[in-house]
Amino acid sequence: MSKAKPPPTYESPFQSELDEATFATAAEERVSVATQWQLMWWRFRKHRLAMISAFVIIAFYLVALFADFLAYADPHKTEAFRSLIAPQPIHFFDEGRFSPHVFALVGKRDPRTFKRVYEPDPTQKVALRFFAEGYAYKFLGLFKTNRHLIGVEDGNAEELIFLLGTDQLGRDLWSRMMVACRLSLMIGLAGVALSLVLGVLLGGISGLYGGAIDTLIQRLIEILRSIPTIPLWMGLAAAMPRDWGVVQVYFAITVILSLIGWTDLARVVRGRFLALREEDFVLAAELAGVGQMRIILRHMAPSFLSHIIAATTLALPNMIISETALSFLGLGLRPPAVSWGVLLQDAQNIQTVAISPWLLSAAIPVVIVILAFNFLGDGLRDAADPYG
Amino acid sequence: MANREINGEGQPPVLTVNNLKTHFFTDEGTVKAVDGASFSAPAGKTVGIVGESGCGKSVTALSILRIVQKPGRIVDGEIILRRADDAEPVDLAKLDAEGGAIRAIRGGEIALVFQEPMTSFSPHYTIGNQIVETIRLHQDVGKAEARNRTIELLRMVGIPRPERRIDEYPFELSGGLRQRVMIAMALSCNPKILIADEPTTALDVTTQAQILDLLREIQARTQMSVIIITHDMGVIAEMADDVIVMYLGRVVESGPVDEIFHRAKHPYTQALLRSIPSIFAAPRSKLPTIAGSIPHPHNRPAGCPFHPRCAERMMGKCDVHIPRLRPVSRRQMASCFLYHEPDEAPIT
Amino acid sequence: MTIRSNSGAPLLEVRNLQRFFPIRRGLLRRVVGQVRAVDDISFHIDRGETLSLVGESGCGKTTTARCILRALKPTAGEVLFQTGAGEVVDTASLPKAALTPYRHQMQMIFQDPFSSLNPRMTVFDIIAEPLLASGIKNRDQRRARVENLLERVRLRPEFMQRYPHAFSGGQRQRIGIARALALNPSLIVADEPVSALDVSVQAQILNLLLDLQDELGLTYLFVAHDLSVVKHISDRVAVMYVGKIVEIAETDQLFKAPKHPYTEALLSAVPKPDPRLRSERIVLQGEVADPAHPPAGCYFHPRCAHAIDRCRSETPPLEEVLPGHRVACHRARELSLKGVDAPPSPHPQQLRTL
Repeated sequence: MSKAKPPPTYESPFQSELDEATFATAAEERVSVATQWQLMWWRFRKHRLAMISAFVIIAFYLVALFADFLAYADPHKTEAFRSLIAPQPIHFFDEGRFSPHVFALVGKRDPRTFKRVYEPDPTQKVALRFFAEGYAYKFLGLFKTNRHLIGVEDGNAEELIFLLGTDQLGRDLWSRMMVACRLSLMIGLAGVALSLVLGVLLGGISGLYGGAIDTLIQRLIEILRSIPTIPLWMGLAAAMPRDWGVVQVYFAITVILSLIGWTDLARVVRGRFLALREEDFVLAAELAGVGQMRIILRHMAPSFLSHIIAATTLALPNMIISETALSFLGLGLRPPAVSWGVLLQDAQNIQTVAISPWLLSAAIPVVIVILAFNFLGDGLRDAADPYG
Repeated sequence: MANREINGEGQPPVLTVNNLKTHFFTDEGTVKAVDGASFSAPAGKTVGIVGESGCGKSVTALSILRIVQKPGRIVDGEIILRRADDAEPVDLAKLDAEGGAIRAIRGGEIALVFQEPMTSFSPHYTIGNQIVETIRLHQDVGKAEARNRTIELLRMVGIPRPERRIDEYPFELSGGLRQRVMIAMALSCNPKILIADEPTTALDVTTQAQILDLLREIQARTQMSVIIITHDMGVIAEMADDVIVMYLGRVVESGPVDEIFHRAKHPYTQALLRSIPSIFAAPRSKLPTIAGSIPHPHNRPAGCPFHPRCAERMMGKCDVHIPRLRPVSRRQMASCFLYHEPDEAPIT
Repeated sequence: MTIRSNSGAPLLEVRNLQRFFPIRRGLLRRVVGQVRAVDDISFHIDRGETLSLVGESGCGKTTTARCILRALKPTAGEVLFQTGAGEVVDTASLPKAALTPYRHQMQMIFQDPFSSLNPRMTVFDIIAEPLLASGIKNRDQRRARVENLLERVRLRPEFMQRYPHAFSGGQRQRIGIARALALNPSLIVADEPVSALDVSVQAQILNLLLDLQDELGLTYLFVAHDLSVVKHISDRVAVMYVGKIVEIAETDQLFKAPKHPYTEALLSAVPKPDPRLRSERIVLQGEVADPAHPPAGCYFHPRCAHAIDRCRSETPPLEEVLPGHRVACHRARELSLKGVDAPPSPHPQQLRTL
């Protein structure tokens, strides 16, 4: 680094404070001008599990977005003849050639139990086709189409493919699971968004003003948290009119979930506010005559934004699992809505599960998503304060 | 081998550290926190390790006790502890850090006093509980006897009404009293070596004076060897018999306290002594300074770590070769090319 | 609010300043007592001089500094500040909103170079913030000023776009000083500005503060616990003990001939960086009094070797015993106490021996 002009005189004859920059390498130079978000990203990148989780979560939301495209059978179409069909493996190669196909099923009655059983017939191969035509839906809610990722050549996909089997009413589980992603993942987002607004607002007020308002909000949080959640949900769910539509119930459930969810975020926000209020740099800004609004926006908000993102990420799995639990208990979403919890409702009966264990498959995405959110949240939390 | 001539008289030192290297392997690179430290601690004497932040003085202490946190570990060197007269000396650097052998030595033969006594006590137990437990961990004594010993220890470190204080919790004590309790705990198993890491930094001057007096008095009585680690040259001048001056993980100078303060050889020691604000100075007088600041441990300069700030550096020598700690007078050692020529090849 | 106009007045005069912190207990948070953090202190600082407040932790020196800056509202007392226009205002009694025009004339340097700079702002944004707040909207103007300030504190102007994490403790402290200087203040309150720094960097900052005072005619209120540092920087020194000033005098006078036994003990307790001066120190017994329950009479009497009956019952007033030397001790005139004199020998200039 060259000197622009002779440095101001300094006691030391041979080197001034100014010359220290000569030690800086290009990499350090990059770090020295890096913003908070860059530092966070560099730190987060090193957290491998969190990175993988981030990709998993993105994949899940993509599934939610393109659920109808990934499904091949109308998730709402019932058919008694196809009740409780077991999952059916895909064969990718046929005589050494890549040609994905499944074996057609032949339905028979068991002569002893009189139950309908299905057996694959290896001689009848059903070739799978990509981008095949199927049931009609609105792509991204924008335009009507009937293309699906997989399907069968001129035939009805729901009569021939059963990747994850069917439920009691003969609906295809794979297709239902794709569509269930949508509600289950979105209810988490909507719930967290609502608790975020409540949490930041009430937590912020609590931390900023202190005094009686703070005490009031803190007591409110304590009361809300001391109510056992299941009975509270049951009570609120019971209060929901039976004749409400899917969308109305959906919003009501979101509100119920975020009613509890905001308290955690409010505590995080309040704690950060209280801590930041004591920081020297906030006092310095105050002494410099900086207005309160600017202190909050410029000094305080950026320092807890990252913490809020991390806390939010950790709150999402709670929302998702709450929805699943509620719906499983029959208190949340109800058919015809399709969510993971609703799907799992079918697996409530031990006998059903024993005979048709594939009904439990909706638990797998729940577990994966919850784990991924938790790992991602941990990674974000570790990266949230790059100066700590 | 390193310091035999410096504290040669009498029996062999209780602890000898030879060429200790403790490095931290972080994502950003290797931090050579301690990079070749050698010194010895004779019985009944106080060794002062002095240096500024990042010089490796605390990591040296942690290395001796084998409590260096990951990602740090000892990569080279030996730490020889001479046990009871007939027993074989042990090399602490070779012991398993989690093993029973080092755990018996930790808190037994070697005790540690920290800077912040609050964090080294559990807030959930009374101070008596914690000392009694330490005693019973290392010695085979009954509960009642251990309690009596604890009261005795608390009295010895100057805690008023020890039979009542023993049942108090750490937060009920002031900083000075907590540090006294910490010392009592360290003394509970009659250690041969007491390592005091910045024992008075968190305390006020008048309390500091009390604690330093206490340490001196206890040493005179128990004849243990004390290693005092501090950044404060004043504390060193008050307490130490021998002084080790460290800079960026290396020992730059060592010798008896009077030599260090009055005939310092290394330019860093000289500059450091000159830059200390003095209570004898004329009001509004300027201080000679050391230019620049301590480099971040990640970018330690090549050659002598002090050369970028050194007023007497010789380019082509100091920025290429690493000086070794060599004798510069009968009792003093320094690592500086003013006093010896570099070895042939540049060392990295 | 303007009390009077007087150009001969000191820059800052503190009169009977008090700041109590309530102790609250129980569910209803009732006030059950008061911590008398600052208990009726008075002093003044003349334009261009440095007054140091020294004492041990909890003595009220930082609370005093914060009351003067109105980061804390004093419980009682006056803080008379002479503004640039020559008026004298009592900042203790002004409502917070009315303080704004005077804020920029008093600035603060903080102890902790890490928490005092917002890690999420660039050096430019940090130093320019007071300028922006004072209404300099033009970015180029702010830029020029920040460049100038960085040079004043001996930092490269190119560093402007960096974030604080790229700097060492000493460099951060320089940035903090640049920020304090941004609005051309007349009074700088420095709260332990070098105690968090390494020894070799401490000296640089002390010298910088002395230089800046000469260059800009600044007035310092310097809060510190380290008497050696105080000796280097101050014109006058005030010693505090449990919320009260026990002694105030010119630096040389106070160090050479202290009149209060506490000052004597403080001076004696400072470790001297010379092993040849290991001598009998006065080691005070006991602990600093609890400011919530101070003892009767002189707060220092339980630890004082010279205490008499009167000290146990009667609080000594701060009285002038010599011109400019005020002491709060009943026996100030009769005791002869030991200070620190000039060093027995200057540090021997080291010679190369090989």
